Amino acid sequence: MSEDGPRDAGYDDFLDAVEAGEPYYLESPSGNGWLPPREFDPETGERELTEEPLPETGEVLTKTVVNVAGPSFADDAPYIVAVAQFGPVRLTGQIRVEGQKRGVGSEEVEVGQAVEIDVGHNETEGERVVVLEPV
Amino acid sequence: MTAPRVAGVGMTAFGKSPERTGRELFAEAARKAYDDAGLGPDAVEEVFYGNFMGQHAEQQGHSGPLAADSAGVTAPATRIESACASSGAAVRLGVERVRNGAADCVLVGGGERMTNLSTPEGTAGLASAADALWEIKAGVTFPGAYSLMANRYFHEHGGDREDLAAIAVKNHRHAAENPLAQFQREITVEDVLSAPTVCSPFGLYDCSPMSDGGSAALLVSEEFADEHGLDPEVAIAGTGQGGDRMALHDRVSMTRTPAAERAAEAAYEDAGVGPQDIDVAEVHDCFTIAEVLALEALGFYEAGEAISAATDGETDMDGDLPVNLSGGLKAKGHPVGATGGAQISELTKLLRGDHVNSDAVADAEVGLTHNAGGTVASCVVNVLEVVA
Repeated sequence: MSEDGPRDAGYDDFLDAVEAGEPYYLESPSGNGWLPPREFDPETGERELTEEPLPETGEVLTKTVVNVAGPSFADDAPYIVAVAQFGPVRLTGQIRVEGQKRGVGSEEVEVGQAVEIDVGHNETEGERVVVLEPV
Repeated sequence: MTAPRVAGVGMTAFGKSPERTGRELFAEAARKAYDDAGLGPDAVEEVFYGNFMGQHAEQQGHSGPLAADSAGVTAPATRIESACASSGAAVRLGVERVRNGAADCVLVGGGERMTNLSTPEGTAGLASAADALWEIKAGVTFPGAYSLMANRYFHEHGGDREDLAAIAVKNHRHAAENPLAQFQREITVEDVLSAPTVCSPFGLYDCSPMSDGGSAALLVSEEFADEHGLDPEVAIAGTGQGGDRMALHDRVSMTRTPAAERAAEAAYEDAGVGPQDIDVAEVHDCFTIAEVLALEALGFYEAGEAISAATDGETDMDGDLPVNLSGGLKAKGHPVGATGGAQISELTKLLRGDHVNSDAVADAEVGLTHNAGGTVASCVVNVLEVVA
């Protein structure tokens, strides 16, 4: 969220929760997990979604190193983007290896790598970014 | 109900023409379609115009009426936006209008001006086909999203960069003699592997280019064709559209494209054919891995088996199933809003026998187009048949 910009309900609420150490996801009665905002489980159409604690660790399903970025991340490239599975929910974030620059150390991150979720900032605009830290 | 006939097709040469506006590109494509059909703008009863990035690249919304105006038409006109599947969806709507009797002659197609943008600006524009909250804010670009799919595919099924390179090499070879293609030159596997990396595992040659271009087709009812003394050789015999979760991470699988599977199933059923009946296909190879995923979703290959199709020559001009004889998005070019219409234009010519590569499919009677939006959150499949 930009300091002066409007919030994106659901998304910024999720990042606030991560920063507060209480990340969550939305779960339907069928057990499907989703990121907010959601009124419905798109798989089943169920409406009764409840907030559940996000598992502490997730697993990297795939990753890539982005060398050519859009303007919002121009000063960040190269950086690593990955999709990780946390229990029933998946999310996309940037992998940041502690103590190393973005994009460096990606060869150390493999599919199956355990990660924890955090919130970082991008270099270019200072916006909050979902971060996945190898553990 | 009869299958709409493709009375005429037209497209601009795809490539870099940053000074040409979207309206001008579509007007040229429409003029070629009129000339091909032997019809004029006065015949058109409705226009469906595919465009994705007009508001980003030209600060132009509401481009349906503008496209109709540029094509000399005063008729209901609507811009259809479904990312890179925009004009595939426009074609599909035109097909349905003619089939249900609402119109006897429709103008469909699309246009896109992209190269007036810088690479970062264009990258940002294309990325808007992804989930703005959960993907773009994480730094996902479109090459990045397909790279995530490619790396997961390698993990689940095997394959490597050389397999993907074979797809780029094949499609460049197919485009070499196509006067409308952006890249009319052959490349080697070594060229692909040594090119600068965009997003691992993709180098520059794994990615379709930024392009400018327009495409158009005139679809008419059988009765209209008879009344006007037309004898179109090709009809759109079946059409289907599928959808899926927008964000890659919300999909059941990152190595399958269910939207394309659903679109294909519907189009096959609509046309009364199956994948075994398809003689030639134009598929949405925005990135090399996308051709692999398309071939599997369309039922030509089982999951995990299409990765070697180009390496083994099966999808080559001389193979069992020639794929992307136009050069595909990879080499023909990818002005995103025009791409689905261009597939119709090129496939129609391939089936009629007046495409530069028609000799490779001289006996072909049934062809298919596959036009995908985003990371295949939307997909349109059209089946074309020779009817005369």
